[in-house]
Amino acid sequence: MRAFRSPSLIGGGALSTLFLLAAAISYVWTPYDVTQHAIAIRLQPPSAAHWLGTDQLGRDILSMLMMGARISIAVALVAVGLGMAAGVPLGLAAAARRGGWLDEIIMRANDIILAFPALLTAVMITAVFGPGAVNAIIAIGIFFTPVFARLARGAALSLWTLDFTLAARVAGKSRLRISLEHILPNIANLLVVQGTISFALGILAEAGLAYLGFGAQPPTPSWGRMLAEAQTLTAIAPHVAIFPGLAIVVTVLGLNLMGDGLRDLLDPRLRRSRT
Amino acid sequence: MLRYLTARFASLAVSLIVASLVIFLALEVVPGDPASFMLGLEASPETVANLRHELGLDAPAVTRYFSWMAGLAAGDFGISYTYRVPVVELILDRIWVSLPLALYALALSTLIALPVGILAATHRGGIADITVMGATQFGIAVPNFWFGMLLVALFALTLRLFSAGGFPGWSDPAAALKALTLPAIALALPQASILSRVMRSSLLDTLDEDYIRTARAKGLNRRQVLWRHAVRNALIPVLTILGLQFSFLISGAIIIENVFYLPGMGRLIFQSIAARDLIVVKNASLLLVMTITVVTFLVDIAYAAVDPRLRKR
Amino acid sequence: MSLLSVEKLSLSIHGTPILDRVSLAVGEGEVLGIIGESGSGKSMTALSILDLLPRGARRTGRIVLEDRELTALSERRMCQVRGQSIGMVFQEPMTALNPVRTIGDQVAETVLVHTDRSRRAALAIAREALDRVGLHADRFPLTRYPHELSGGQRQRVVIAMAVALRPRLLICDEPTTALDVTTQAQIIALLRGLVAEDGMGMIFITHDLGVITGLADRLAIMRAGEVVEAGATREVFTRMRHPYTRKLREASAHVPQRKARAIGATLLETRDLIREYRLPRRTFLEAPQVFRAVDRVSLTVRKGENVGLVGESGCGKSTLSRAVLGLEAAQGGTIALEGARIEAGHAMPRALRRRMQIVFQDPYGSFNPRHRVARLVTEPFHLLEERPDRRERAQRVAEALTAVGLHESDAEKYIHEFSGGQRQRIAIARALITRPELIILDEAVSALDVSIRAQILDLLADLSDRFGVSYLFISHDLGVVRAITDRVYVMKSGRIVEEGETEAVFDHPRHDYTRELVAATPRLDRVLAEMGVG
Repeated sequence: MRAFRSPSLIGGGALSTLFLLAAAISYVWTPYDVTQHAIAIRLQPPSAAHWLGTDQLGRDILSMLMMGARISIAVALVAVGLGMAAGVPLGLAAAARRGGWLDEIIMRANDIILAFPALLTAVMITAVFGPGAVNAIIAIGIFFTPVFARLARGAALSLWTLDFTLAARVAGKSRLRISLEHILPNIANLLVVQGTISFALGILAEAGLAYLGFGAQPPTPSWGRMLAEAQTLTAIAPHVAIFPGLAIVVTVLGLNLMGDGLRDLLDPRLRRSRT
Repeated sequence: MLRYLTARFASLAVSLIVASLVIFLALEVVPGDPASFMLGLEASPETVANLRHELGLDAPAVTRYFSWMAGLAAGDFGISYTYRVPVVELILDRIWVSLPLALYALALSTLIALPVGILAATHRGGIADITVMGATQFGIAVPNFWFGMLLVALFALTLRLFSAGGFPGWSDPAAALKALTLPAIALALPQASILSRVMRSSLLDTLDEDYIRTARAKGLNRRQVLWRHAVRNALIPVLTILGLQFSFLISGAIIIENVFYLPGMGRLIFQSIAARDLIVVKNASLLLVMTITVVTFLVDIAYAAVDPRLRKR
Repeated sequence: MSLLSVEKLSLSIHGTPILDRVSLAVGEGEVLGIIGESGSGKSMTALSILDLLPRGARRTGRIVLEDRELTALSERRMCQVRGQSIGMVFQEPMTALNPVRTIGDQVAETVLVHTDRSRRAALAIAREALDRVGLHADRFPLTRYPHELSGGQRQRVVIAMAVALRPRLLICDEPTTALDVTTQAQIIALLRGLVAEDGMGMIFITHDLGVITGLADRLAIMRAGEVVEAGATREVFTRMRHPYTRKLREASAHVPQRKARAIGATLLETRDLIREYRLPRRTFLEAPQVFRAVDRVSLTVRKGENVGLVGESGCGKSTLSRAVLGLEAAQGGTIALEGARIEAGHAMPRALRRRMQIVFQDPYGSFNPRHRVARLVTEPFHLLEERPDRRERAQRVAEALTAVGLHESDAEKYIHEFSGGQRQRIAIARALITRPELIILDEAVSALDVSIRAQILDLLADLSDRFGVSYLFISHDLGVVRAITDRVYVMKSGRIVEEGETEAVFDHPRHDYTRELVAATPRLDRVLAEMGVG
């Protein structure tokens, strides 16, 4: 198995697993109950009882991080799913009729979406629907749509120039059918890689939105809001700000490394030109 | 060239019109009536209706959209509901924080990323390359607002080299630049990481091109080939990413403004949304989108300047 | 005394042996032809001489240019040799020039790198070099960019770059392979003239015996990293000591055995067929322009007949084939298949489409890499009203594979497990599986090495006899068309300019263009006859 020889895949996979496990375990067990406030033990530095210390309300930071991983996964995963579900068909359709009006409209719409800073979109959506995790998902998902549409279109276009798509047309297959039967499986690798990397990006974006107060609302713990609440405390209790940030870094790093490793593994042509 | 420019310009105009429509429609469905917000809960329905009429809120949507557009064309952005000052003034105040911050960060990230990317590509597989690839992987993973908080904790609170936030205004340019330095660094780090990687891979791709071999066969040495043929051509895809990154920088700037308490566009938009000062939100958002679209347009033109193949189209 | 002598050059890349004790010599004013099929190491020999090898390459042996031992030179000294003492021309003119710099700039660079001349003087030399290669100032000012030039013109720029400083030796690696045959003839004439004028030596690398035989004074035949036979061109062909030389010679002029067949009724007939494309709008306001790729083409293929369609790249032959297959509706004229007529603008019914199949040029791009051969080969079953059941499918796959000389068990393999020639066999199996009456062969043997090409031509001849299938054989290669077709159409800029019995058309061409094509096509047998070799 080549997979076992790729250090970035192993390392990234391990870090990502750690993060997924933390979220999964939080459903059955956390070291402490995060709904209980204990002002008496607030802002304690890391200790044997509280490995990562406690926050300004006396909650166990490790438990908070485990709970926060859930919302990170949920938001990022669903947003990537949305982006893929909307973007890939659009990209395939645009490529199937290259240069046609559909292609033109889809690509123009992409450009316009990309002209809206993701955060502005999030703010607008929040203005309409009020803050919440769902809005974060929609905002991030909208942003991912053109990303996947462009990727799918570009990859599909290069496949459409190959003769096997022409052979399928000679065999009487429609462009739609060829897109699904021949194009999609051949770009699946790329989509998996981009999906992993977008997952990482989604976690960063979710943290940013939550930091600004546009993500999941209290009492749901989220990494971004933990950081927002820690901002004024960095001088007296640095651990409150450090650990949630590290959690984000480690998770995103893990997912990105895994994406790189997958790319090496799945797409030898791209092996060198990773970005 | 002229034809290319007109085509790009036409698509710029279309994008802006569509963007303005999107913003307008989004704010149409925003719950909460600015007039009731302004007058508070005790206001009588008649007073609210009067104010609505005064603000032009009771006109049909189509009329309001066109009068907005007509106002924009005349440079009249309307009057803020809450601040009771022209929106132009509000925005002008704020944009002189946000735009310099984004440009500062862009300059920093480009200045760091291009040499680093070239270094990594030319030492492919070597220690420099591995270090760069590892460090940039980290740089991408660090959330910029957290990095900003750490910078504040270290350089402002502990070492006391910078102030922890706020903006003194441009009357003292040195102080203003100093106040923007930590935010710009926080903003530039992830962008620089991405850009170095793009530069590296683009340069590696370019070095594989046939014309590089042709140049070598002419007698150019590796260094000459790199600087005379490879780097310039490798910059073309980097330019695309640079254009895209501007949008990220604007998003990032909105977050970073919050970390450093900078009175920028992002905070203006947040406050206006909270106060249902929709006229400010509308214009400020459009301005942000416009800035990004114009930057994309400029990138397209830069493309044509670098790549003669585009000029003919 | 040789200008360049290569002695016992061996090369390995990352430990894989590439060249094995290659020895060559070129004299002043002499042309050495290096010939070999893909993988023979001929290009690597050229790159070894210039020391432009890929990473991980290890080179041993001696390379001596006019008393200078090149293998002993430092990289800095070697840079002085490249471009000044040795010029090089590569295969792909479309990618060999930097797209963002002007041609004048790129030719002048050769001068600037090697001499102390001013930029102005260098540009003057560049101008002179471009004039020498036939790109004159009125049409080709120094400020032109590569994308404004055709492939042949770009190759001239590359040649100008290589000869700007009048090097002692010019190495050309398949310089005409990517070009049309008439352009090829012009480039070869140009190179021949330059060698004579400057008295330089030239190494001309090619896979095409026909191209090299009339040009080279000496030949070196390479196979699998070794020179198997070398000597004066005439001697090599008279002696043909090595069996590989003989095989190459035979394959190059191979004519497959075909049984005489009764020509039947009309199978396919196009009448005044027109295929137009709308070019992309250049601005929003301008009306889109129309490009007519196929212009009132009428052609006929009868049962049991092999018909050729020759023309150079961009003449519309592939567009025509797509229209005939019913993939794109025509804008004018009719297509009739055994009397069933399809008017312009109408889609072709499935019942007709299943009677035609196609084999493409590129053996690598013709198959979905994720499917097994059985699935690839049976894709045309989609056209059938009644799809065969599982057992019948397997049986028909086995039949088709054995018919093209493969094994039944190959059905379970993936395409990457096959060589280029085998892939073309699989493509033919795919075309055969619905038992069509007409197979369009679109440059189907053009990407293959000569020996493989000969085998595929034999296979095609055999299959047309056995299955009674007719071919529409589209190619730019007159030799191949001559070998396998009964009648031929000559196409230029979307129009048919000449048609007739293949032999008659090629032996007594009437249209100027056909005459030009025939004259430009290198013919090994004729060259050898002129040399007095039988």
